[in-house]
Amino acid sequence: MQYAVLCYHDEKVTCAWSKEQDDAVMAKLGVVMEKLERQGKLGPVARLLPTTAATTLRKDHEPPLVIDGPFAETKEQLLGFYIIDCSNLEEALAITKDLGQANPGGAYEIRPVGLFFPGKALS
Amino acid sequence: MNDSDWISAVLTSARPQVIAALLRQFRDLDAAEEAFQEASLRALKAWPKNGPPRDAAAWLIMVGKNATIDTVRRQSRLRPLPADDQISDLADVEGPTVDQIDEADYRDDILRLLFICCHAELPATQQIALALRIVSGLTVSQIARAFLVSDAAMEQRITRAKARVAAAHVPFETPGAVERSERLGVVAAMVYLVFNEGYTTSVTEQGVRAPLCGEAIRLARLLLRLFPTEPEIMGLLALVLLQHARARARFDPSGAVVLLDDQDRTLWDRRLITEGVALIDKAVRHGRPGPYQVQSAIAALHARATRSEDTDWAQIELLYGTLERMQPSPVVSLNRAVAVSRVRGPGDALAMIEPLGAKLGGYFYYHGARGAFLKQLGRAQEARAAFDRAIALANTPAEAAHIRQELDLLAEADAAPSSDANLKKFPGNMSDRQR
Repeated sequence: MQYAVLCYHDEKVTCAWSKEQDDAVMAKLGVVMEKLERQGKLGPVARLLPTTAATTLRKDHEPPLVIDGPFAETKEQLLGFYIIDCSNLEEALAITKDLGQANPGGAYEIRPVGLFFPGKALS
Repeated sequence: MNDSDWISAVLTSARPQVIAALLRQFRDLDAAEEAFQEASLRALKAWPKNGPPRDAAAWLIMVGKNATIDTVRRQSRLRPLPADDQISDLADVEGPTVDQIDEADYRDDILRLLFICCHAELPATQQIALALRIVSGLTVSQIARAFLVSDAAMEQRITRAKARVAAAHVPFETPGAVERSERLGVVAAMVYLVFNEGYTTSVTEQGVRAPLCGEAIRLARLLLRLFPTEPEIMGLLALVLLQHARARARFDPSGAVVLLDDQDRTLWDRRLITEGVALIDKAVRHGRPGPYQVQSAIAALHARATRSEDTDWAQIELLYGTLERMQPSPVVSLNRAVAVSRVRGPGDALAMIEPLGAKLGGYFYYHGARGAFLKQLGRAQEARAAFDRAIALANTPAEAAHIRQELDLLAEADAAPSSDANLKKFPGNMSDRQR
């Protein structure tokens, strides 16, 4: 069974960390991740950039609505995610619009990835 | 992280919202600060035992308000006692009646708090000091160290600035759309000033001043969370992130300035660059360009070049041209001239900046750039004169040291005029081979 582990925290707090504090947290996580990687249990890991860098595509409208900022409604639930590789936001939006046409309703939040480890387990 | 670490991180991040709310309540900066202080002390006692509250800001606002009201009540015994339901108890604070409050609900309060710090009568340094003290919560001695003055002098400066803004009576009514956007513009400029205060520094000062850049980034993030659809605020955050991304490459181990061209680009912080570029992408979609967006686009072009020779100077020159039209200033023209020197050569660049001499005669970078153009044109005598002027106007020892290096190179070229190129090339290559 594969599990997705979704990370939540108060961004105001994590953004208030000094670089040293941030590095210390990442180093500790690195130790745990290394162990998992050796055990062949680690898939892709991504650290997302702050929600201020996010854009949301509401696909319950036609044409879909592009809104600045993260997805903030509470009546929908997080059901999955894609990692896509594109050169800019325009391209990312074009791709999510395609996806949205295949599966209308709800929304996609498009959030740049800050750090990415592919992980051996699933490659 | 131990208890006090995470608590202080939570207190720091909640501070602008809590002080802003308390300021609206008490209409007095000192009262708001004292109330926040009291609430923080109680948090330090309560949170390690009970764990952090679900909404730290709401907790702090409530506790701060109640503590102050309690104090006022104790101090004025003559007043009638308030009704029972107004008597507070820490235990209720986390009761179900406390609504989850959102930073965005305090948008105008936080903006007002920031705006108060940039009162037009305050000189820039006082605006920055006030914002760092009140909004960011740096201690007086931290700020004093950043400004390289004594604690007492900084204390006095902040006290004076506070008295001035108290006398200015910034209105507490919700601002209209025009008023709000004017305030936002003034506050954005102050945030950029804070950043520049930390950025314009030498390595010996970097340790104490670097926090200013971090604070400016935090304030810009706060502004963008409050105004998530403002392209200029996206531009502002992008600009400070992209500039800060180069922080580690800007000085060599001996403390000398390393120019953009010579920086080790592997030291640039890629995560900050990615975030800056993503924000520019977002801003551009609005089709409402502004000075912060243009400046951040310029910074992004530098950031995107993995080698200095890959820099797209032609595009940078165009962007400086756009900036000149939006915000005409001799400094912007000087920057455009530097790009021109890369695209069309030092002759054109020199011709462009000669007329700026009257306005920029007292500006270090003007003489530094002029000297560099003259040097490239082989006009060593005039270059030396320009560099001498620059040294006299240097703001930091590192700037002066950099110009001195240019003068040394000119002297070397004088000593061996025919082998200038060889001098530069050979020693390095030979020592490489010897190793």
